[in-house]
Amino acid sequence: MNAVLVLIALVTVGTAVAAMSRRSLLHSVLLLTGSWTGVAAFYLWAGAEFAAFAQVLIYVGAISMALLFAVLLTRRSRVDLAPGPAPGSRALYAILAGGAVAGVLVSAVARGSLAAARSPTPAVTVSQLGSLLMGPYAATLLVVGVLLTVALIGAVVLAAGGGGPEKPGGAP
Amino acid sequence: MSPLQLCLVFSSVLFAVGLAGALARSNSILVLLGIELMLNAANLNFIAFWRYGPSPSSAIGVIFVIFAIAVTAAETAVGLALVISIYRHQQNIRLQEASHLKG
Repeated sequence: MNAVLVLIALVTVGTAVAAMSRRSLLHSVLLLTGSWTGVAAFYLWAGAEFAAFAQVLIYVGAISMALLFAVLLTRRSRVDLAPGPAPGSRALYAILAGGAVAGVLVSAVARGSLAAARSPTPAVTVSQLGSLLMGPYAATLLVVGVLLTVALIGAVVLAAGGGGPEKPGGAP
Repeated sequence: MSPLQLCLVFSSVLFAVGLAGALARSNSILVLLGIELMLNAANLNFIAFWRYGPSPSSAIGVIFVIFAIAVTAAETAVGLALVISIYRHQQNIRLQEASHLKG
């Protein structure tokens, strides 16, 4: 049981580290898709099948496609490389900050007395989730729907709106 | 180490990787990716505490994760639209050069 969890964690963190350290943006996005798949595998391991399917649909399916389009729309040549990890002190400080946060969190978790309740894998059926979403959480669902609508319309307006120094016939 | 602690260590490490990436890179798409990683780590915590919590029969952890994923999708859409808008204005997406609002 734990071996599977450790394997999932190693794959997820490994692909995330690789994605954050690659120079090519395309490689980063593709590697991060692997990392999100690892998170979905964790959800499946924990028994939250619906969350796993939502993760695969939204992250691996939709968000990665949107990111790929953004990468392809904003690069200037075929071999455009991201400015790598900033030279010298900035990357060092960033890694120090990340390491400090990880150290604090991991030591707090390891010292705390978080005994896991010995419970069988909880079974939450989709119909149970549906009745919860339509019953006690209906207002939240509506608010999230309105938020998504407003955010997507705003994104369209931001991305499609004119303005800016667009040179007709100039370099794209 | 109990499984709950393993899950929490996993999400802590993922959060730290995302934080380091978001701080180290100067490409705005990569900063957005780091933020996505941190949000995923938070979702992992929701699921872990739901799985090993006192009453896993209530599906509240899964509900939280579903709503968090929806909000993250909205955030990513707006972020990518901002990236494209910045690119249209200054022909690159380096964060250091997006300083028009600087006083």
